[in-house]
Amino acid sequence: MFANRLALPARHAETAVLVLVLGVTLAFMTALTAGKLLRLESLEAMAFQIPLLGVLALAQMLPMLTGGIDLAVISTANLTGISTALILTRLPAPYATPLGIVVGLGGALVVGTANGVLAAMLGVSPLIGTLATMILVRGVALAITRGYVIAGFPQDFLFLGGGSLAGLPMPFVIFGLAAAAMAVLLNRTPFGVSEYMLGSNPVATLFSGVNTRALLLKTYLISGLLAGIAGLIMISRFNAAQADYGAGFLLLTVLIAVLGGVDPAGGVGTVLGLVIAVVILQLVATGFNLVGLSQHLANALWGVILILVIIFRRALPRTGPGRS
Amino acid sequence: MQAVLRERIVRRTESYLLGVLVLLSLLLSALSPAFLTLENAFDILRNYAFLGILALGELVVLISGGIDVSFMAVATVAQYVMAVVITRYAIDSVLVAFLLPLPVGTALGALNAVLIHYTQVHPVIITIATLSVYYGILVFVTGGTWIYNLPASFFEFSQLKVVRVVDDAGIAHGLSVLTVLWILAIALTWFILNYLPIGRKVYALGGNPEAARRAGFNIFSIRLFVYSYMGFLAGLAGFVQGQLTQLIQPNSMVGRELDVLAAAVLGGASVFGGVGTAAGTVLGVLTVAIVRNGLILLKISSYWHEVVIGMILAFAAGVTAYQGKQRSRRMVRIDVR
Repeated sequence: MFANRLALPARHAETAVLVLVLGVTLAFMTALTAGKLLRLESLEAMAFQIPLLGVLALAQMLPMLTGGIDLAVISTANLTGISTALILTRLPAPYATPLGIVVGLGGALVVGTANGVLAAMLGVSPLIGTLATMILVRGVALAITRGYVIAGFPQDFLFLGGGSLAGLPMPFVIFGLAAAAMAVLLNRTPFGVSEYMLGSNPVATLFSGVNTRALLLKTYLISGLLAGIAGLIMISRFNAAQADYGAGFLLLTVLIAVLGGVDPAGGVGTVLGLVIAVVILQLVATGFNLVGLSQHLANALWGVILILVIIFRRALPRTGPGRS
Repeated sequence: MQAVLRERIVRRTESYLLGVLVLLSLLLSALSPAFLTLENAFDILRNYAFLGILALGELVVLISGGIDVSFMAVATVAQYVMAVVITRYAIDSVLVAFLLPLPVGTALGALNAVLIHYTQVHPVIITIATLSVYYGILVFVTGGTWIYNLPASFFEFSQLKVVRVVDDAGIAHGLSVLTVLWILAIALTWFILNYLPIGRKVYALGGNPEAARRAGFNIFSIRLFVYSYMGFLAGLAGFVQGQLTQLIQPNSMVGRELDVLAAAVLGGASVFGGVGTAAGTVLGVLTVAIVRNGLILLKISSYWHEVVIGMILAFAAGVTAYQGKQRSRRMVRIDVR
C-alpha cells in the first residue's frame, strides 16, 4: 500500500491524462458518427464487447505489474473454450454447464501453473516461458479440434455471454466483478503490496522476507484463471469455440494495459486506468464500425494513441516509484 | 573472467544444438528414406531462407538487450511497396525489385529506434504499437488487395540455382539463389557482430547498458543501427518471401513474429541481452526447420507440430535458465551501483 501512497501524485496525473484522452475520444467519435455512438443499441453492443477485452487485459495486467508478461492469455482462453465446449456438447443438460465450466477453468489453471513454474521455479524469462506455453497450448487446442469449430451450447450456458442480470449484460457483470476483485486484491491485501514491490525491486522484496517464488506462481495462476473466464465469455458470446479465436487480441491486451498506465518494467499500474483504457479502445472500434471505416485503420489509430500517450506521459513531472 | 565464461557458455549452447541437430537428422534418416536426400535439404534451405533472414535481425536486436515484434509488418510494407512499384510502372528488373524494399524497411526500423530511444519505454511496447500502425495503415490504404501480375523476371529469378547437382535418377537439384541471399545475410551479420566496432558495441550495450553509457558510447547511434539493421533485413525478407510465394498478400506474414523469436531464442540468444551468435541463430532456425520437416515426412498430423515446437522451446528455455542458476550459485557476484 505504501508503494501506492508514494505514487499518488503521479497516479493522479496519469488518471487525469487518461480521462482527458477518454473525453477527447468520446467527443471525436460522437461527432464522427453524428451521435449514433450514444444510441442505445451502440451502447448495448459495447457493453457486451468491452468485458471480453477487459477480462483479457486484467489477465495481462497482473504479470506486467511484476515486470513480466503473459503471452499465453489468448491460447489459454481458447483452450478453456474448447474443453468447456467439448463437455457442453457431449454431456446431458443438467451436468454439462457446471462440469464444463469447472473443467475449462481447470485447464486454464494448469497452463497458469506451467507459466508460474517456468518463471518462478526455473527462472525462465516470462517472455520466453509464456511464448513456449502459448505455442504448446495453441498446438494442443488445434490437435483436439483439428481446426474445426465446436458449436451449439445449452441455453443455461449461453446466459453467461448473452443474458442480463438486473438490466446489466451478464459479461459486463462478470467484468465488473473481476475488476473489483482485482482492485481489492491489489490495494487491500498483502498480496497486492508485495506484487507492486516485486515489480519495483525484486531483490529488495526477496530480502524483506517475501516468498517471491510463491508470489510469482500465484500471479500466473490468477492470470490463467482470468484468461479462462475470458474464454468462457468468448464461447458463450459466439455460441462456438475454436482453437484460434481472437489471435489479434494478444498484442491488444498488452497495448490496453500500457495505455491504462501499467509500466511494462513493473511496479506501476491501476485497475481504474486499465478500465478507462478498454473503454477508449472500444469507443474507437465501435465508432469506426458505425461509420463503416476499416477495423485496420482503428488498429493503426490505437497504435498512434498509445505512442502519443507515452510521449505525453514522459513530459509530465513524476514522483512515483519504479520509474527513473 | 566473465567474458571467458560467457564465451564458453555460448559455445556450449551451440555445440549442444549441433549435437541435437545431428542426432535428429540420424533419427529421421533411419525413419524416412525421403529425409536424407539432396532434394529435401535444398528444399529446407530454400523454404526457411525467409524466416532465417528475419531471425538474424532479431538476433542483433536481442543482443542489444531489446526486442522487435514489428518486423513482419515492416517486411509486409516493404514488400508491398516493391510490388506496387514494379507492377504499376511495369519494371521488368529483378535488381530494382531487390533494391526497393531495403530502404523502406531500413527507414521503418529507424523510426522504431527513434521512438524507443526518446520514449525510453520497453521496445516490446513500442514495436507492438508500430506493428499496429504500419500494418493497419497498409491494409487500410491498399484494402488488403493481393498482387498477382508480377513481371516475368521476378519469377525467373526465383527459379535460379547456384550450384547444380544431378542425382541418380538424372534430376537436377541445386542451391536456390534465395538460400544464397540467406547465406549472405548470415555472413554479413557474423562479420558485423565480430569484426566491426558497431557489432562489439551492440554486445556491450546488451551486456551492461550502464557500463556502455559510462564508457562513452552513443547509445542512440547503437540503437539506431540495431533497429535499422532489423528493418533492412525485414526488407530483404520481404523480397525473399515474395520470391517464394510469387504472390503478394498483405496478410501472409503478420502473426508469425513469435516463430522468428522462438528460433532466435532456441539458437542461444537471450532476451536479457548481450548473448547470441549468428551461428547459433542459424542452428536454431535449422532445428525448427528439421523438426517440422521430419514431422511432415513421418506423416504426423500438422496439428501436433506446434505442440512439439512448443515443448522443445520450453525445454530449451528451462535447461538454459537452470544452467544459468547453477552457474550464478557457484559464482561470487559483486555488484557496485
